[in-house]
Amino acid sequence: MKKSRLIMIFGALLPLLLFVFPLWNITLEAPQYPTPLGMNIHINDFSDMHPHDIKNINLMNHYVGMQYIPDAIPEFKIFPVGIIITSILGLLIGVFMNYKWFLGWFILMVTISSAGLYDFYLWEHDYGHNLDPKAIMKFTNKDGSVMGFQPPLFGTKHILNFTAHSYPRLGTYFLGTGILLGLIAFYIGKKETKNIS
Amino acid sequence: MKKTINLLVTLVIIAGLSSCNNSESSSNNQGALTGNAAEKVYVAPGELDEYYAFISGGFSGQLSVYGLPSGRLFKVIPVFSQDAEKAWGYNEETKPMLNTSHGFIPWDDSHHPDISQTNGELDGRWVFINGNNTPRIAKIDLTTFETTEIIEVPNSAGNHSSSFVTENTEYVVAGTRFSVPVPQKDMSINEYKGNFKGALSFISVDPEDGEMDIKFQLIMPGFNYDLSHPGRGKSHGWFFFTTYNTEEAHTLMEVNSSQNDKDFIAAINWKKIEEYVNNGGGTKMPTNYAHNIYDEKTHTATSTMKKEVLVVNPSEVPGAVYLLPTPKSPHGCDVDPSGEYIVGNGKLSANLTIHSFTKMIDAIESEKFAGEAYGIPILNFEDVLAGVVEQPGLGPLHTEFDGEGNAYTTFFISSEVVKWKLGTWEVIDRKPTYYSVGHLMIPGGNSRNPFGKYVVAMNKITKDRYLPTGPEVTQSAQLYDITGDKMELLLDFPTIGEPHYAAGIRADIVAKNSKKLFKLEENNHPYAAKNDDDTKVVRNGKEVHIYMTMIRSHFSPDNIEGVKVGDKVYFHVTNLEQDYDVPHGVSMIGANTSELLIMPGQTETFVWEPKQVGVWPFYCTDFCSALHQEMQGYVRVSPATSKLDLSWSLGE
Repeated sequence: MKKSRLIMIFGALLPLLLFVFPLWNITLEAPQYPTPLGMNIHINDFSDMHPHDIKNINLMNHYVGMQYIPDAIPEFKIFPVGIIITSILGLLIGVFMNYKWFLGWFILMVTISSAGLYDFYLWEHDYGHNLDPKAIMKFTNKDGSVMGFQPPLFGTKHILNFTAHSYPRLGTYFLGTGILLGLIAFYIGKKETKNIS
Repeated sequence: MKKTINLLVTLVIIAGLSSCNNSESSSNNQGALTGNAAEKVYVAPGELDEYYAFISGGFSGQLSVYGLPSGRLFKVIPVFSQDAEKAWGYNEETKPMLNTSHGFIPWDDSHHPDISQTNGELDGRWVFINGNNTPRIAKIDLTTFETTEIIEVPNSAGNHSSSFVTENTEYVVAGTRFSVPVPQKDMSINEYKGNFKGALSFISVDPEDGEMDIKFQLIMPGFNYDLSHPGRGKSHGWFFFTTYNTEEAHTLMEVNSSQNDKDFIAAINWKKIEEYVNNGGGTKMPTNYAHNIYDEKTHTATSTMKKEVLVVNPSEVPGAVYLLPTPKSPHGCDVDPSGEYIVGNGKLSANLTIHSFTKMIDAIESEKFAGEAYGIPILNFEDVLAGVVEQPGLGPLHTEFDGEGNAYTTFFISSEVVKWKLGTWEVIDRKPTYYSVGHLMIPGGNSRNPFGKYVVAMNKITKDRYLPTGPEVTQSAQLYDITGDKMELLLDFPTIGEPHYAAGIRADIVAKNSKKLFKLEENNHPYAAKNDDDTKVVRNGKEVHIYMTMIRSHFSPDNIEGVKVGDKVYFHVTNLEQDYDVPHGVSMIGANTSELLIMPGQTETFVWEPKQVGVWPFYCTDFCSALHQEMQGYVRVSPATSKLDLSWSLGE
């Protein structure tokens, strides 16, 4: 089998590791939390970094009127199906189709991942801005607008007494590598075709 | 005439008490000013101490937890005394812990903590401590730093030669200081001699859960069994008890118990007696004593009355008990890390007597006896003597060991700690204490491997050492560095109650096992409300049970109506938090009890009997959160004749 096909097949399988490793992590540091509070976002679940972290994040956040982090969101049903379908698709393309399809799979995956990231941003924005009007403590920005508590999409941000870190985790790296391998497989496939002709 | 001379000697010794600066202790008074003492005890903010010190509270009845070398107090663990701060003995869950055959006893005199051991080394699982007054042994669990078991000791009085553990925590041992009629009966005190008995109790400890059970009681002659220590290494299987009042006096004891030139150290071969009782030996004696166990899952204690105890007379087990003559009412009975030397701290003697285990065994094997007392063989003093530390000070009380071949003895009357060498018996150093030192403690000192870095001296008198606080001033502990040839005084720190004795252990052995919270899903308290849906108020005749929860920053329910004057209202309150260091408290106006201080995942109960009509508030007593001041609620109390039904709510 051609090298490009092997790479394409390998690339198509890598996103399946999202079922093992988390996608993203949000960690909150504060002076009275020498062990920070943290939440891992999986493709089908939110999980505690240390026992009861999500419960304790909810308890902290209810003071400023933020909603509780839900046990389940619709994405937990859609994402796994999406990953399985696109992995099978990539697998089939890798085995049966020519290298041009590899690029197609790459573009599809980039599009889907971007949509996923945008969805994550929307959720974060809602989580940080859709505050209970009866919030115990209300904070305003210097311009008088209501202060939001949206965690960063990527990076580190100071929110009141907390320092919030938001970074991708191993699952995302595998997904990204898999997608990138699709593109590499495309270029190698192109070269292989040229060499033959 | 002889009596008069003895009285004079006693008076001279007592006079020594008031002249606290005799020539021997004046050599080095610079104390903490020397060298870099401050640096040695400085534990910078945010840094942790190297050792835990569990210092008993004596007449406070509790056990305090300090850090060494800083001398900082972390916690006072309630053991034998009610503690309103933690609701110990006040809430419904812990009241059974203080039950005895005499009923509920809210106080005791806690003396000698000792840490559990495996293979002769501290394993840091439990601390055992004795209640002196109404004889009891308590066990403190070092995962929660809470008292989880208390067993009463029958046939005993002045439970002082307690609570020391054997090399693998096979037994925690409790001896009686005061001999009494066994079993108790109405008889003339004059008939003490020959009729009163001293019970030495061997309490087995379950290797898994630590549950205590009195395996047997050895019924000894009516002496006073003052202190004890287990053999270790070669002498493992033996236990040694100092005795005084071998005169068997019963009045004006300070004189009448101080007549004999020599009293005894009783050597008990407990392995032999264990074998005897395992083979069906001993007699079951009817008695009555309480055994109280706290269950960490139900967060509730139960008290069981036990009706029988197995007793053994020394004469039944030949070769199990011997008496070693030891000068002048020996107090401390200390065994060195090798198990070879048994130090008898003859408190009215000018010298320190050290017996040899090897020589004792030789004398027993060659059957060289000087006589007998109530059928128990007495060995010859010279045959068992290893050596004498000549004139080291006045009033030797206790000795500990550094594991480097040195021993450290406290002298109460001359207020000093004296360092001397095992084997050569020469005095190496002496340092004053301020003042009137009782016990001393080297972390791990009662084991095969002491951590010989510090010694803590525990003083009964402080007079001018601290800012005055009226007639009652603090007692104190003093920390010495013992890593060099000479001891160096590093630190004075005040203590709770009387710092009677202490046990110390390297912090890393214990700290890693310390629990952060109780898991809510493991809470099996019968009245727990594990979420807001479980909350309710139930009437059962005049009893009202409130199943309440607490979480930052509200109670649920927080409005309750339908309670009537004359009701007995049980607040069963569950802390729903599952975060480290977020306890909540609760208290009710007019409740004839203490607050509750409830750890995350725990349920506790207090009782309120409202006597007046009105609307009465309750609130959180521990500053739990930014909204702590808002954490409150109301109970409406209607007249006894009211027809108002119970109702409860939160946020409506």
